[in-house]
Amino acid sequence: MNGKLLAILLWFPISAVAQGFAGLGTSSDGFSVPTPNATLAFPKDHGAHPEYRIEWWYITANLRDAGGADYGLQWTLFRTALSTEDGEGWPTPQLWMGHAAVTTPEAHFVTERLARGGIGQAGVTAEPFAAWIDEWEMSGDFDAPKLTANGPDFGYDMQLSAQGPIVLQGDNGYSVKSANGQASYYYSQPFYDIAGTLHLPQGDVAVTGSAWLDREWSSQPLAADQTGWDWFSLSFDDGAKMMGFQLRGNDTYTSATWIAPDGTATPLTNGAFTASPLETSDVEGRAIPTTWTVALPEKGVNVTVTAINPNAWMDTSVPYWEGPVLITGSHTGRGYLEMTGYE
Amino acid sequence: MIRVTLSALLGHWFCNPLQLFTLLSGLALATALWSGVQAINAEARASYDAAAATLGEGQFDRLTRRDGQPILQETYVQLRRAGWLVSPVIEGRIDGTRIIGIEPLTAPGGLAPTALHDTGSLSRFAQGEVIAAPDTALDIEGVARDPAIAPDTAIGDIGTVQNLLGRLGEIDTLIVAPVQPRSQPQLAEIAPDLQRHAAQSGSDVGRLTDSFHLNLTAFGLLSFAVGIFIVHGAIGLAFEQRRGTLRTLRALGTPLRLLIVLMGVELMTLALFAGVLGVGLGYLVAGLLLPDVAATLRGLYGAEVSGTLQLRPIWWLSGMAIALGGTGLAASGALWKLSRLPLLAGAQPRALANAAGQGARVQGIIALALLVVALILAFTASGIIAGFALLAAMLIGAALALPLVLSAILTAASNRATGVVSSWFWADTRQQLPGLSLALMALLLAMAANVGVSTMVSSFRLTFVGFLDQRLASELYVNAETPAQALAIEAFAAQNADAVLPIQSVPIQIRDLPTDIYGNRDHATYRDNWKFLDSADDPWGAVHSGSGILINEQLARRAPLAIGDAVEVDGETFVISGIYGDYGNPIGQAIIDEVAFANLFPDVAPTRFGIRIDPANTSDFIENLQAETGIPKANTINQAGIKAFSLGVFDRTFTVTAALNVLTLAVAGFAILMSLLTLTAMRVPQLAPAWAMGLTRRELGYLELLRTLLLALLTALVALPLGLALAWVLLAVVNVAAFGWQLPMFVFPADYARLGGFALLAAAFAAFWPAIRLMRTPPSELLKVFSNER
Repeated sequence: MNGKLLAILLWFPISAVAQGFAGLGTSSDGFSVPTPNATLAFPKDHGAHPEYRIEWWYITANLRDAGGADYGLQWTLFRTALSTEDGEGWPTPQLWMGHAAVTTPEAHFVTERLARGGIGQAGVTAEPFAAWIDEWEMSGDFDAPKLTANGPDFGYDMQLSAQGPIVLQGDNGYSVKSANGQASYYYSQPFYDIAGTLHLPQGDVAVTGSAWLDREWSSQPLAADQTGWDWFSLSFDDGAKMMGFQLRGNDTYTSATWIAPDGTATPLTNGAFTASPLETSDVEGRAIPTTWTVALPEKGVNVTVTAINPNAWMDTSVPYWEGPVLITGSHTGRGYLEMTGYE
Repeated sequence: MIRVTLSALLGHWFCNPLQLFTLLSGLALATALWSGVQAINAEARASYDAAAATLGEGQFDRLTRRDGQPILQETYVQLRRAGWLVSPVIEGRIDGTRIIGIEPLTAPGGLAPTALHDTGSLSRFAQGEVIAAPDTALDIEGVARDPAIAPDTAIGDIGTVQNLLGRLGEIDTLIVAPVQPRSQPQLAEIAPDLQRHAAQSGSDVGRLTDSFHLNLTAFGLLSFAVGIFIVHGAIGLAFEQRRGTLRTLRALGTPLRLLIVLMGVELMTLALFAGVLGVGLGYLVAGLLLPDVAATLRGLYGAEVSGTLQLRPIWWLSGMAIALGGTGLAASGALWKLSRLPLLAGAQPRALANAAGQGARVQGIIALALLVVALILAFTASGIIAGFALLAAMLIGAALALPLVLSAILTAASNRATGVVSSWFWADTRQQLPGLSLALMALLLAMAANVGVSTMVSSFRLTFVGFLDQRLASELYVNAETPAQALAIEAFAAQNADAVLPIQSVPIQIRDLPTDIYGNRDHATYRDNWKFLDSADDPWGAVHSGSGILINEQLARRAPLAIGDAVEVDGETFVISGIYGDYGNPIGQAIIDEVAFANLFPDVAPTRFGIRIDPANTSDFIENLQAETGIPKANTINQAGIKAFSLGVFDRTFTVTAALNVLTLAVAGFAILMSLLTLTAMRVPQLAPAWAMGLTRRELGYLELLRTLLLALLTALVALPLGLALAWVLLAVVNVAAFGWQLPMFVFPADYARLGGFALLAAAFAAFWPAIRLMRTPPSELLKVFSNER
């Protein structure tokens, strides 16, 4: 079975007609839909929400070794539901997909896992917290989980530790994704410290750094015309952080959250945040913007964001670009960039 | 004027509906031949793909329980959670159908059914749909049919099949993905009750089937050539028959240009009609002949059938192309001739090829040139294109040479004839030849194609069966996990089976090439079943004397090594006594005697055993083996099932081949019939003198029949070496160019004799009616010949 096929299955569960990037713009019939003014509850909402069609647990980390070399790390678990029907064992309509990656300035390692729900091969429990697919795991106290993944040629064993509070994105966790009101529930933990070992072909490397967790679930987060997004998580050296994304469609829709060093979050409306490509790189035969100008005038941010390794291509069932970036300009720091929908 | 001319031209068909029928059916049959072959071709490919996919199950390492019991689903999850990338498989039978449950998300590529290539189907599969081969008797609600599934097999999701078999939570086998994570615990730490079976080497039959596909494609092209000949004949006759009409029209003042345009339009319209008819007929024939009638017809009518749908426009296009292109080609020649004919000369009733009397020499030179090119290419051709050029030069050259060869034979016979009647018979046969030559060329190509098809398919079958026989010579195979088990198996088998053949091998290097070397026991199993590409006298005798070694073709070609060469194995020297085909194995292989092997590699003990036993006793043997030695059933492999399946696939191909034979011969027979019918009317002036001199009409009729049979027989005799040459080019030139190894060619005289019989039968059928008509020619008609002459 090839990956492409699984991608289709995972991302086009209901409609065979592709709409938006990876089918995220399909209709939500039967599934629950996020509503404004809902209150997220923890630890319950760390767990899975099978009544929603899609969901992810998404960790990115900027790492440095003893010699000062920069690395990036990704650990992602996606859930998608084929239907709203319930079931036990194999008939469960829940499918799981894991992506893991390590980026060095010279190389980019990627691997992918797929699993069916209902039999214990993959899943997420809220209490005690554990998210897993095969031997990959993010588990333990939600404020101090361990994180592991393995591929044919790389792997990692990490320990995380939260240094600040959970941040609710958008309007108290209700994150609008288009002018038509498509939305998801979205919260982050951007204050993880991270330390551990990268297992690379040239040997083990001890690293430390900071990690950022994104949690999001929805049933139809994009509008039909939205073909992809550019998503930035930036950690500035002064302790402030910023999440910003733009959704590319007939009109570009942007959204951002300013996170003060103490964790106070300020949601910013459509248009406040801007990002425009400065340079593109030829990655896998596609022109991918790997240097950006990012601005948030309200907070005096006007920075250049540059990929540490322009070839951070995720050659997975649904291919996309995801890798660590360096920030220069009005602010300095490090962060992560994800770009989807570049054909 | 256009309308008048057109009605005069078309009027001919109204007066002679039989001629219209022969023209249309000739065109339609040629198209049907082509599109039928395409459909059959596609079906053969599909069944081979299914067979290859089923055999491909052996391409991955597998885990099973040592005690032969089902694996618990928890064990699967434990393995995955420990970093073992395995995928569960469950297997059973429902209503006699083999049903396999797989997990599509974790199954390695090549295991899941090809039908799962869109969203809906995979989603349905994961949620309970079962996909079965079209011929299965499986009676489950909502079962989908797919010709890509191996015969008598159904595939479903692991959960679905567990449920259907009433075996919730059970797994039979875990397939080990070829790529595993960089670190993982030992299997024994996670699941000590499981054992790992290495992938079966040499199970990659893909390259064999690729080769077969290529050859089928070549025959598709050949049938196209036969079709073109027949279209050419049919169009030529349509002109011949209307020479009188054309003379009259031109004498009445119809411009030549108008006549040509109108005839061109008329013929193209007829070709369009006949082409549609022919494609439909081709599908009908294919549908009737092939097991999967419904799918083929669904393809024809454009229903959403996965697999057949995408080929459909190509079939239509190529079918119409042969009808229209063939007609255009034939008509342009005839129209050109028409444009150059003197006004009144057009009415002289001559057979088509008679017009080109002096053309025979040109034809002979072209034929000779093509055959010389073919001969040169036969020794030098090294690529696929050169191989196909060789085929084309050989076939066209032979077809063009046919009338000349036949003429020479008839001249020789005529010179030796003594009696009056026989002298006249030979001379008259020679005189007939030009009119029949196109039909005879079609017969030649049809016969040659049939000889080639039979030889190629049968050679392929023999090779494949021989290959299976080598791999699976014994009725049963038993795996041992410990030396103690190995001893127990040997002891038990010595008592309860005809023979036990230990299988032991070591990876070594021969001439720096990676090679698996085997130590074989001296037993008739090997002598009887192994076929050699090349061997010294008594190759097995040399092996078991301790000095001989057998090597596979791969090693022989790469090293390179030949019979009589000496090779060194761990310091010991052996002389090569045989080279055998080892299709699909990427590395070298060699065989020496068991004792010599034991001396060289004393630490290697056999862990597999081939058991020779009466097939009727195999199940008892397996039961008793388990009862007495504790060797689980899962360690025993009954190879008869695998062989039967492979042979079943070949039987389907033979049905296809037989269909192809009948079809091409029928078309060639039809071409002869058309030619004879046209000639009969023109023959009266030639026969009248013989009748006047005392031969009865009945005798003349018999002689006509005899003449056709004689020409068909002579053609068949020429077709035999041509067909063999064709098969040789495909097996030894095209195949080597495409795949780097040669399929051995075998000849099947009985098949050829039967084929020749069919060809004669077709010719006799074709000649029967014209002969009857001749016998019934009223004497007044014959007399008229003389009155007209005066």
